Amino acid sequence: MASYSSCPSIKNILLLDSDGKRVAVKYFSDDWPTNSSKVAFEKFVFSKTVKTNARTEAEITLLENNIIIYKFVQDLHFFVTGGDDENEIVLASVLQGFFDAVTLLLRNNVDKREALENLDLILLCLDEIVDGGMILETNGPLIAEKVTSHSMDADSPLSEQTLTQAWATAREHLTRTLLK
Amino acid sequence: MAQPLVKKDDDRDDEAEYSPFLGIEKGSVLQEARVFNDPQLDARRCSQVITKLLYLLNQGETFTKVEATEVFFAVTKLFQSKDMGLRRMVYLMIKEISPSADEVIIVTSSLMKDMNSKIDMYRANAIRVLCRITDGTLLAQIERYLKQAIVDKNPVVASAALISGIHLLQTNPEIVKRWSNEVQEAVQSRAALVQFHALALLHQIRQNDRLAVSKLVTSLTRGSVRSPLAQCLLIRYTSQVIRESGNNTQSGERPFYDYLESCLRHKSEMVIFEAARAITELNGVTSRELTPAITVLQLFLSSSKPVLRFAAVRTLNKVAMTHPMAVTNCNIDMESLISDQNRSIATLAITTLLKTGNESSVDRLMKQITNFMSDIADEFKIVVVEAIRSLCLKFPLKYRSLMNFLSNILREEGGFDYKKAIVDSIVILIRDIPDAKEAGLLHLCEFIEDCEFTYLSTQILHFLGIEGPKTSDPSKYIRYVYNRVHLENAVVRASAVSTLAKFGAAVDALKPRIFVLLRRCLFDSDDEVRDRATLYLNTIGGDGSVVETDKDVKDFLFGPFDIPLVNLETSLKNYDPSEEAFDIKAVSKEVKSQPLAEKKATGKKPTGLGAPPIGPPSTVDAYERMLSAIPECANFGKLFKSSAPVELTEAETEYAVNVVKHIFDRHVVFQYNCTNTIPEQLLEDVVVIVDASEADEFSVLFSKPLRSLPYDSPGQTFVAFEKPEGVPTFGKFSNILKFIVKEVDPTTGEAEDDGVEDEYQLEDLEVVAADYVLKVGVSNFRNAWESLGPDCERVDEYGLGPRESLAEAVYTVINLLGLQPCEGTEEVPPNSRSHQCLLSGVFIGNVKVLVRLSFGLDGPKDVAMKLAVRSEDETVNDAIHEIVASG
Repeated sequence: MASYSSCPSIKNILLLDSDGKRVAVKYFSDDWPTNSSKVAFEKFVFSKTVKTNARTEAEITLLENNIIIYKFVQDLHFFVTGGDDENEIVLASVLQGFFDAVTLLLRNNVDKREALENLDLILLCLDEIVDGGMILETNGPLIAEKVTSHSMDADSPLSEQTLTQAWATAREHLTRTLLK
Repeated sequence: MAQPLVKKDDDRDDEAEYSPFLGIEKGSVLQEARVFNDPQLDARRCSQVITKLLYLLNQGETFTKVEATEVFFAVTKLFQSKDMGLRRMVYLMIKEISPSADEVIIVTSSLMKDMNSKIDMYRANAIRVLCRITDGTLLAQIERYLKQAIVDKNPVVASAALISGIHLLQTNPEIVKRWSNEVQEAVQSRAALVQFHALALLHQIRQNDRLAVSKLVTSLTRGSVRSPLAQCLLIRYTSQVIRESGNNTQSGERPFYDYLESCLRHKSEMVIFEAARAITELNGVTSRELTPAITVLQLFLSSSKPVLRFAAVRTLNKVAMTHPMAVTNCNIDMESLISDQNRSIATLAITTLLKTGNESSVDRLMKQITNFMSDIADEFKIVVVEAIRSLCLKFPLKYRSLMNFLSNILREEGGFDYKKAIVDSIVILIRDIPDAKEAGLLHLCEFIEDCEFTYLSTQILHFLGIEGPKTSDPSKYIRYVYNRVHLENAVVRASAVSTLAKFGAAVDALKPRIFVLLRRCLFDSDDEVRDRATLYLNTIGGDGSVVETDKDVKDFLFGPFDIPLVNLETSLKNYDPSEEAFDIKAVSKEVKSQPLAEKKATGKKPTGLGAPPIGPPSTVDAYERMLSAIPECANFGKLFKSSAPVELTEAETEYAVNVVKHIFDRHVVFQYNCTNTIPEQLLEDVVVIVDASEADEFSVLFSKPLRSLPYDSPGQTFVAFEKPEGVPTFGKFSNILKFIVKEVDPTTGEAEDDGVEDEYQLEDLEVVAADYVLKVGVSNFRNAWESLGPDCERVDEYGLGPRESLAEAVYTVINLLGLQPCEGTEEVPPNSRSHQCLLSGVFIGNVKVLVRLSFGLDGPKDVAMKLAVRSEDETVNDAIHEIVASG
C-alpha cells in the first residue's frame, strides 16, 4: 500500500503461536514483498520478543526501524507493526482493539486451538480493524460486533436465522404486542 | 480413579497438537471448492471451504493463474446464497484473490446490488470490495452511490466509503476531489471514526493547497473534533501549518501554539502524546514552549504501561539532543528507568542521561550500560555508541573510560552496522582528541586481527596508513598491517600493501624494512596485490637506497584523488594499448553535467511529519567545485557570489539557455546552461559569442565551448572576463549561441556525420550592482547599525512613483539590492501606510553593508522611500545608492 503521509498507518498485524508460526497475519505495506521476507520478519520479531513478559501489559520495541507493539496470551502472540515515526499510543490502541475483539469472539478461550477453529472470525476481525493500512476501528467490542453482525441482523428473512435468533425475534414481537 | 485421569491427560496432549487444518492440501481444497457450484448451496460447508482457502493463502501458499481464476468464478456463484456469514467470507475471498480487470466485470453487478442493499453490513463491505478491485471507468458509474454513502447515517457505511476514497485518491484523484462537499459534511459526524476518516480524506484532497489546509486547521482547532484519532490528525496538520507559515517570532507568539498546548490537557493519552511530540518538534522551539510538553512526558515516564514509558523516553531522548537543559528535570525519573524490564526503554533512558548528564556522572552511567549491553538489539547498541561518541566529544577528559568501553564492545559479537558505528566513533575520537590517538589506533589494530567485515578492515587499514606514520612509534603498527597480508582475502591484502607503502613513504627510518615486506608481496597469488607491491616499490625507490621521499610521490600516496571516476573509466576504455603510455593528466576533471542535474531532481519529499523541511541545497559548493575543474579558472581565487540562473530564452523554445553569473575578485564567469529540446538534433561545439561593446571595463579572457549537446541532457559552456579588481563593474552583454547542428535518426539514435553551422539569438544579459552583494544576515541589526555610526552613512530620498501596493514596492527594492532582509522586516502588515525594512549584506571586497529603508505612501498609490546606507567604505554607500537611482 502507498504510505499516506501524515496519517497513522499500520504496516502489519500478526497473530503467531508459541513457536512463532503463523496463525493469521495481514500485511498492509510493501516492506516485505515476498512470502519468505514476511516469514523472516515474523521469525525475527518472534525471537526478539519471546523472552519478554508481555502478558499483563502490551510491550513495545523498535526493530529495523519499525515500532512493534505486542502482547501474549496463552500460546498466542499478538503483534502490531508501524513505522518508527508513528505515534506509539495509536499503534497500541490498534493492538488493544484487536486483542479485545479476539477475546470476545473466542468467548474468553484465547488460545491457538480455539483461534484456528474460528479462523473465519479472526480473518474477518483483521479485515474490520485496518483497511489498506488505514485504521478502520479500534474499539474491541465494536469490531467483534461488526464481525458477528450477520447473525444479529433483524432484516433478514426468518427462514435464514438460527433457531435462537428466531426465538429472540419472536419474543421481541411478543413483548411489543403485549406492551401495546 | 487414577487410571482415567491419566488417560485424560494423554488425550489432552494429543489435543494440543490438534489443528483443524492438520494435513491440509491445496489440491484437495480446490477439489472441495466444487461445492460452490452445487444447485442447492450448503452455506455452512461453503464457508468452511472458503476459510480453508484463506488459511492456505495466509500460510503463504500461492494459486496459479488458472487456479485463482477457477476459484474466483466458483466464488461468484455464492452471491446466490442469502446467508450473511457466507457473504462476508465471499467478500474476503474476492479481496484476497484480487481478480484481473476482465474478471472484475463478473462480480460488479452483484456488488453494485449489495451496495444498494438495505442491509448496512452489505453496503459497507460491498463498497470496500468494489473500490479495492475497480478501475477508473467503473468508478464513474458508482460515484453517485459513494457520495451518498459518505454521508450515510450508518457510521460503518460512511467509514467504508471514506476509506475507499482515501485509497482511490491515489489512482483517481480527479474523481475523489469532487466529493469535497460530502466529506466536509462527514467531518462533522457524531461517530468518532467517521470524523477521523473524513478528516484524513479531506486533508489529502486539499494537501497541495496551503491556504485551504490552513483554513481547515483554523476552523477545526476551535473545537468540534471529538475523536481522539481525528484530534491526532489535526495536531499533525496544525504543526504542518505552523512549519509552513515560517517563524513568526516578531510578535513572540506562535500561531496555534495555544491549541497544541490545550491538547496536552486532553483526556486521551494518544492526543496528549501527539501534542507533546508536536511541540518538541516545532522549529526553533523555545524552552518556555517546551516546558508544558516536558511536564506531561515526565508523567508518562512513571506510567505502568510500557508503551507510554517508551513513547515518552523516546521523545525526551530526541529533545535532549537539542535542548539538554530542558530535559534535566526528568533525570530522576530517567534514572529509575535504567533498570526497566523493557530493554528498549532502559537504553533510551541511559542515552538520554548521557546527553543531559554532567562529567561526574559519566563513570557511573558507563558501568550501568556495560551490564546490559549484551542483551539489547543492535539498533539500540548503535544508539548507545552514538551517544557515547558525542559524550566523549563533550567531555574529552573522559576519553579513557569511554574509549575502553568502545574497544570492549568492539570485541563482542555484533552485526556490520553496529561494528561500523563503533569503528566510526573511534575514528572520530582519534581525529578530535589528540590524546586518544595512540590508544584508539591500537584498538583498531586489534580489531582487524579478527574482523570478518572486509569493508571495515580496508577502511581501518586506509586510516592507519594516514594516521599511523604520524605517531611517536610508527613501527609498532607494521606488524598488525603485515599480518593482514598473510591472513586475509585479496581485497584486504591489497589495501594492507598500500598501507605499508604509506608507512614507508612517510617514515624514512622504516624504509628498509618496508621494502623487505613489499618484496615478499611480489609473490602473492592475486594480481592486484602484486601490482600494488610493484608499483609502490618503484615509486618509493625500490633500489633499496634510503632516500627522502619525493614530494610527487607523497602527493601520489596521500593526495586526494580529484578525477571523477566516471571520466577515468571512459578514458581507460577508450585507451588503445600502444607505445604511448596512458596519461592520467589527459583525463578531464570536468564533472559531467548529468549527475548534477540528477542530484537536483531528486529533491526528497520530507518523510513523515517530524521531518523538518529540507532547505535548499547549498549550490555554492557545487558551483565552486565545477569551476575549479576548469583549469583556466584555477587562479581566479575564491568565488565571491553566484547569481540565480537568469533565463536567456523564452519558455518552450528549441534551445533553452539560462546563465549563472559567477563573480570573482578580478574576474566574472558566465556559465551558460543549455538544453537542447529537439530530439532529432545533436548540437556540437556549442559556444556563446558575447558582445561586450556595452561593457567597456570587461575584457574577454577565454571561452570554453561545450563539445556536444544531445537531446534533453543539459550541458554548460563558459565565458570568462577580466575586470578591475575588487570594485563593482557593470555592463550589458549581448549573446549569440553558435553551434553545429547534426541530424539524428530518431529510430537508431545515431547522428549523421555532417553538420551545419547555425546561430541562435539569446537575450541580453547585464551585470548589475546586486551581483556584487552577498546576502548575509546580522543577528542584532540595531547593534550593528550603531557600531558603524552616522559618519559612514549616506541618506537620500527617492520617489518610486505609483506602485500596486506598499508590499510590492518593498519586494522590488529588496530584489533590486540583493541584500538579506533582517528581523522579518520584509513582511509588510496589510493596510499599513508606512513601513521600515532592514537589510544587510557583504559587498565585494568584503565590505559589510547595512541598509535602512523607510517607505511611505504618498497619495493614493505613489510610494516614497528614504534610503540610509551605512558601511565602512564610502564608495560602497554610493554604489548602493547608484543601484536604486538607476533601478
